[in-house]
Amino acid sequence: MAWDYIIEGLLEAFKLIISGDPELYDILLRSIKVSGLATLYAGLIGVPIGVILGLSDFKGKDVIKSIFNGLMGIPTVVLGLILYLFLAPAGPLGFLNLLYTTTGISLGQMILILPIVVSITVNSIESIEEDVRYLALTLGADETQMMMKVIEETSPGILLSLMAAFNRAIAELGVALMIGGNIFIKGGEMNTRVLTTAIQMYVTRGEISMAIALGIILLSLVYLISMTVNYIQRRWADS
Amino acid sequence: MIVLKGIFKTFGDKVALKDVNLTVNKGEALAILGYSGAGKTTLLKIISALDVDFEGTYLFKGIDVKKDPEKVRKCITMVFQNPVMFKGTVFENVAYGLKVRGYCKGYIKEKVDEVLEYLGILDLRDKNAKRLSGGEKQRVAVARALVLDIDVYIFDEPTSNLDIENIKVVEGTIKELKRKGKTVIFTTHDLLQARRLSDRVAYIERGEIVEVGETERVFKDPKDERTYRFVSGMF
Ligand SMILES: Nc1ncnc2c1ncn2[C@@H]1O[C@H](COP(=O)(O)OP(=O)(O)OP(=O)(O)O)[C@@H](O)[C@H]1O
Ligand SMILES: [Mg+2]
Repeated sequence: MAWDYIIEGLLEAFKLIISGDPELYDILLRSIKVSGLATLYAGLIGVPIGVILGLSDFKGKDVIKSIFNGLMGIPTVVLGLILYLFLAPAGPLGFLNLLYTTTGISLGQMILILPIVVSITVNSIESIEEDVRYLALTLGADETQMMMKVIEETSPGILLSLMAAFNRAIAELGVALMIGGNIFIKGGEMNTRVLTTAIQMYVTRGEISMAIALGIILLSLVYLISMTVNYIQRRWADS
Repeated sequence: MIVLKGIFKTFGDKVALKDVNLTVNKGEALAILGYSGAGKTTLLKIISALDVDFEGTYLFKGIDVKKDPEKVRKCITMVFQNPVMFKGTVFENVAYGLKVRGYCKGYIKEKVDEVLEYLGILDLRDKNAKRLSGGEKQRVAVARALVLDIDVYIFDEPTSNLDIENIKVVEGTIKELKRKGKTVIFTTHDLLQARRLSDRVAYIERGEIVEVGETERVFKDPKDERTYRFVSGMF
């Protein structure tokens, strides 16, 4: 029966999750670490860019905003390919030795999600009242202090951008596969296998239950984060 | 103290200020009067060094404001027409101006509580500022300015939408600032209030300062036809 095979896979998957299968949790932790770092880097670069863009007013601003907006939808496969070309040993950035490393995946994902962080940050900065800026300044804040205040006032929006970015990073396959290479050796130090590349591999190998288990974990993680963001935002709006 | 020369301000095609010349002396209270849309708020934003995108020159204590607005903003504060609250408590809102100036915690606490007490809102101290009523917000906005020990205090229609109780508090504050020798600039649609509080008034119409002078003189004996029409609306 067609359904048996899915149900069997599901049951096996729950067993793996509940029994704490070490391979499975190893992959999960690596995924969180790799995409967490990507989000951290993207935040460190993207939030200041977003704040400055959101606060400034110059001619080409709308063009820059629409470029970042457009880049939000870049196909991960294409980005993976471009990065591969640059990072391959013969490529212009080959000397960095980033191909097939987790650092390489993090940096690639950072590029992928930077437009998300910038765009959402710009939008939330622009949505707060202009008067908040003026208020900070007239109370004696210098430019830096004013920016810190604006960031504080927009922190729910910035948090949202970071969470959306993390979700996009952890769920993408193209960059992780082409830059990471899905390397896995038991006890190895240089492993690059993450949730998405593992799911893809287990499916092609026919190990359905492991693929389903990883799929459930990925889905729950992404869902959990969305729920948390929602909750925090609601609390924030109330406070 | 404040010297504006030939100030022009435009928004696209709209001319909001036209050749404004104005001097404000230390320790005086100046009321800026005019119909809605005359350009009062626009002018106050320039005086408070929040807007430096204008034609003409503005010297504050000899400093060219266009060159160093940040320095000037440390000496002038403005209470906006619509009281905007930062996220957080009333205390945090009022403490902000002291915090950015680097005062120590103990002093900030003492000063903020003193001002909250003076304005009769000590009981609001730990309340969420965004959830206050309009009148309460206005008092908090006044408190934010009052904790600062600076040269010039600007109030943009501080008492519109307030009840008598709140108006008394705000007017008392302006008088207290005057008593301390501070410079106060405010706008109001209440001519009697201007008369009660100001030493001089400036009447502005369609972005032009039509007349400036001693308050009593302007009300009793306006030199300009337009000022006459405006102040005679009072009686
Ligand atoms: N940011 C802006 N962009 C375009 N026009 C503006 C802007 N700010 C003010 N104006 C225009 O400039 C004119 C003066 O506005 P301003 O706010 O200074 O008036 P006001 O005297 O303060 O009026 P009110 O008593 O209603 O507060 C108005 O016609 C207004 O529409
Ligand atoms: Mg106004």
